[in-house]
Amino acid sequence: MKLESQTQNIARAVKRVCDEYHSRREKLLQILEELNELYGYLSEYVMKEVAKNLDMQVSEIYGVATFYSFLNTKPKGKNIIRLCQTVSCELAGKQRIANALENELGIRFGETTPDGMFSLEYTNCIGMCNQGPAMLINDDVYYNLDPEKAVDIVEKYH
Amino acid sequence: MPNMLAVCINGKECEVEFGTTILEAARKMNIHIPTLCYHDDLCLSGICRICLVEVDGEKTLQAACSAPITRPLHIRTHTEKVRKARRNILELMLSNHYGECYTCFRNQNCELQKLAKEYGVDSLRFGHVELPRHTKDTSSRSIIRDMDKCILCRRCVRTCHDFQGVGALEAAFRGIDTEIQTFLDHPLGDAVCINCGQCINRCPTGALRERDRSDEVWNAIDDPQKIVVMQTAPAPRASIGEEFGLPPGTSITRKLNTALKMVGFDYVFDTNFAADLTIMEEGTELLTRLKDFIVDKKPVSLPMITSCSPGWVKYCEHYYPDYLPHLSTCKSPQQMFGSLIKTYFAQKIKVDPKNIMVVSLMPCVAKKYESDRPEMSASGFKDVDYALTSRELAQMIKETGIRVTDLEDSDFDSPLGLGSGAGLIFGATGGVMEAAIRTVYEIITGEEVPFENLNVIPVRGMDGIKEAEISFQKTKEDWKFLEGKTLRVAIAHGTANAKKIMDKVASGEAQWHFIEIMACPGGCLGGGGQPIPTNENIRKARAKAIYDEDSHLNIRKSHSNPQIQMLYNEFLDHPNSKKAHKLLHTTYTRRGKI
Repeated sequence: MKLESQTQNIARAVKRVCDEYHSRREKLLQILEELNELYGYLSEYVMKEVAKNLDMQVSEIYGVATFYSFLNTKPKGKNIIRLCQTVSCELAGKQRIANALENELGIRFGETTPDGMFSLEYTNCIGMCNQGPAMLINDDVYYNLDPEKAVDIVEKYH
Repeated sequence: MPNMLAVCINGKECEVEFGTTILEAARKMNIHIPTLCYHDDLCLSGICRICLVEVDGEKTLQAACSAPITRPLHIRTHTEKVRKARRNILELMLSNHYGECYTCFRNQNCELQKLAKEYGVDSLRFGHVELPRHTKDTSSRSIIRDMDKCILCRRCVRTCHDFQGVGALEAAFRGIDTEIQTFLDHPLGDAVCINCGQCINRCPTGALRERDRSDEVWNAIDDPQKIVVMQTAPAPRASIGEEFGLPPGTSITRKLNTALKMVGFDYVFDTNFAADLTIMEEGTELLTRLKDFIVDKKPVSLPMITSCSPGWVKYCEHYYPDYLPHLSTCKSPQQMFGSLIKTYFAQKIKVDPKNIMVVSLMPCVAKKYESDRPEMSASGFKDVDYALTSRELAQMIKETGIRVTDLEDSDFDSPLGLGSGAGLIFGATGGVMEAAIRTVYEIITGEEVPFENLNVIPVRGMDGIKEAEISFQKTKEDWKFLEGKTLRVAIAHGTANAKKIMDKVASGEAQWHFIEIMACPGGCLGGGGQPIPTNENIRKARAKAIYDEDSHLNIRKSHSNPQIQMLYNEFLDHPNSKKAHKLLHTTYTRRGKI
């Protein structure tokens, strides 16, 4: 019974978001972004419901969801750390930051901490090339990082 | 008058319409530009870059397939820059391509291999994949995916989504991680795949292929206990010659009979016979539904839709499960045939059906799935043991060293070897409809269809959706309720067109009584199991071969087939009898869309 009402809630939420965009195919990205925000990731069920609402093939939804790195098809940590891996940040010392983050969190890039608090990922350029190395935590930008500073910042999110 | 532009390719001049692509212009001038992701049947993609050409005034090389001509242009197609770029592209593709050509079923029919030769790739400059990185997906009864051979041209994706409107395959992830996947990378056997196999026919490499059953068939042939019966469908006979170097549209029906006997099949029968039987059963079913509706005012499912195409049946089960009652309950000719061989024919030759193996030659990959359906065993035995595609059978014949083209003609065996022209044209889109009209009209009025030479022209041709009307005058006593009434029919081929028809049926806008739907473009002759390549011109050539053969036959109406009459007299009593229902009709399964 409980599970059923949960799926019904999700279906309703997906419908609400799709309706907001008049269930138009060209609004798919916005719809997925909103649902990604709402649930932290796009589950199999959510993708199927979106397909139903937009009268699209679910494989198309899946293709879009996997194409964009800010959309997740698997559950992620509460906070997502994205370290810039592009050339200027690389030259400014990205690797040291990466090592410090891995040490601090005890996970590798692409993984999520067992308590579900942090996911660690690389991202391509976030436009902070003159102030690298840079990273994003959720929607916040941090730049001019050094290993100590990076660890201090992450601690604030605990 | 459209805006014409002067184009000069390699020094040759020509005028083309504004917006013509460079590739189209070059083809018009008979200048060869290589292509890979481009396919005549599919929308443009422009991703493989093999068709790059040099255009004066442009900084970079342009992809000829997708670059429209919008100003007078000077184009060169084989400068050093172009040649180097093409070779580079091929070397990069090969650096990601696992598999040895000599163990690949597309050996000597592979577009990647052909291009590598054409552009002189003589070393693997960027390395080579040493070990497979994917496991083959063998979950489907019909189609095997080997992603190690995939070059990401996305022809299969465009075929599945746009050409067929199915959408089982999609490009997932991005950049170096890109892969062609089903939804969440589920096994293909669990996906919405309808097994039409059109993707196999479009794949430039060996990444997609049918589940090969030829080893099992060889085992049966080699087993002295087993009587191996072959039935050949109409479409492969007009196409299998292509595998032996004949031009498209060369029908080799009778030579093939000789070859099949030499290969070791004990009996060679004609699926057209079962097609005639299908017409008797399906035609009777249609008339019964019409009578129930008009005379008895019973609620019946109209329009009635054909069920010969297993790809279409599975499409309907996935996408229009509420309309399954509209499908004719008739099995496809392949399955009817199998069930008759294991009952009627087994009794005739006094052999235990367990020692009979039924093998069918089909233009179709979905027939493999159909023959494996659990409900297809009304006789207590599997109706059809193995369904082979035209490609698999051609391979088997090649293994024997038989030169089909040099053989004498021979006839089909009796008593299930006589098919009418009506059964023959099942192989082309509109064929089932034409065959049905020839018979139904005569049952109702006692006269032949009012078309010259029985050729029901409105239902022929390659239009995606065709419509026709037939009105009944001077009806016979039993069919007086149809006097002056008009039968409205529609035909669709390719499931993308089927969707259009079904949406009209669903909205109630449709006024049709009878609809023929084939999953593959062009009907069976464009099937997923047919020789590669297939395109519009090849389909037209095959269709012409089939209609030509029909026009030269003596028996061209299903109900005039004496062997069909004999079958009803000896075994089935009358069309839609209880026995016929048990052996020749089936049920369908509701499936999810996802």
